Amino acid sequence: MTAPHAHGAPANGAPPPPPPPPQVRASSLLTVLAAGGAIAGFLIVVVYGWAAPIIEHNKAVALQGAIGEVLKHPTQVDTLFVAGDTLGTQLPAGEDPKRVERIYLGYDADHRPIGYAIAVGEPGFSDVVRVIFGYDPATKQLIGMKVIESKETPGLGDKIEKDSAFVQQFRGALTPLAGVKPDRHKAGDKTQIDMITGATISSRAVIRIINNALTRLGPALERYSQEAK
Amino acid sequence: MTETRPMDDLLRGIWRENPIFVQTLGLCPTLAVTNSVENAVAMATATFFVLVGSCFFASLFRRYIPNEVRIATFVLIIATFVTVADMMLEAIVPGIHKALGAFVGLIIVNCIILARQEAFASKNPVGRAVLDAIGYAFGFTIAMLIMSSIREVLGSGSFLGYHLFGKGYEPWVFFTLPPGGFITLGSVLLFLSWFYKRREAREKAIELRMAA
Repeated sequence: MTAPHAHGAPANGAPPPPPPPPQVRASSLLTVLAAGGAIAGFLIVVVYGWAAPIIEHNKAVALQGAIGEVLKHPTQVDTLFVAGDTLGTQLPAGEDPKRVERIYLGYDADHRPIGYAIAVGEPGFSDVVRVIFGYDPATKQLIGMKVIESKETPGLGDKIEKDSAFVQQFRGALTPLAGVKPDRHKAGDKTQIDMITGATISSRAVIRIINNALTRLGPALERYSQEAK
Repeated sequence: MTETRPMDDLLRGIWRENPIFVQTLGLCPTLAVTNSVENAVAMATATFFVLVGSCFFASLFRRYIPNEVRIATFVLIIATFVTVADMMLEAIVPGIHKALGAFVGLIIVNCIILARQEAFASKNPVGRAVLDAIGYAFGFTIAMLIMSSIREVLGSGSFLGYHLFGKGYEPWVFFTLPPGGFITLGSVLLFLSWFYKRREAREKAIELRMAA
């Protein structure tokens, strides 16, 4: 509908121009966003201050449990620090204690070394997969494997953690490991690990992580074991 | 328009406008973490906390938030609550936090929350906004419970980790996998739409009879 010709309106019948929008000052937009950001930051810092020590503690407990699992429940565990290609019981001088890589050496009741627990992470399918595994340098066999951190797809990739048949294979497996499809598994070959159908990339990641860690740390572990004898 | 009662604000999101089953919003967590009841409950609790908390603040500050920066401010509020929820879950229930993985962080982009802030909380007083948010959060929780119960019972043969059937039951693993999520959601939606249609038809029949 056209509006009746009002006084002063354009003669061609076009509607009058809309009233100008209320002026918004840039400073008020900035103030709101800055205040919101400051409050949000403050809240997060407060909660972080409360949660961080608890999370640290939980992680330490979980790590202890994982070491126990992959080294078949040692009675004593020594922490070793990695410095270059050597291991030592002392924290290397001038290193940040939070960044030094640690390896855990477990002993049985007769104080004989069982093996080393090594925790390492590398990219998997969706994020970094962290695994811990027990390794005996004398026989080059694994003692156990446990995934301690992964964001792999629920129902598929997370089977590397939940599928006990997959996890069991690492017990007594001979390194370096080789991932194979279940139907190509050669009986008696202890280096072969059956990959999970539907989680090939995640399975392969676990195998790769262990192999890479042993290529990198294997010589140091062997040397340390020799010296300990 | 008739005046809305507080109960309407609360009940609307639970049934008539259920975010999952009626509006089909926020399907990402509905499909992703309903493979077990435990995960679904944790996810629903975290979403509850974020939804109610952020609608409260969006409504409280509605007069001070200029229109131009409202979405940026809403997302800031949501992200703060999600970060807090994420840290609290990790501190209190580390196992479940690990199981939910990236999906806790993804609550930030759950469209139910932004939709309630934008459509309701930013235009209504705090009390109504919180009631509305609680209703929607319950609606989301109920939907998550229905989905996860079906999927866990069929897919793992258990409920909340307790095995329901004997050893002879071969779990229907398909239901814990992503396609199982889609099929379950589709089936529930189909059932609900059949249910509504039937009720509608019945009501019509009664009306006709009354008229006659």
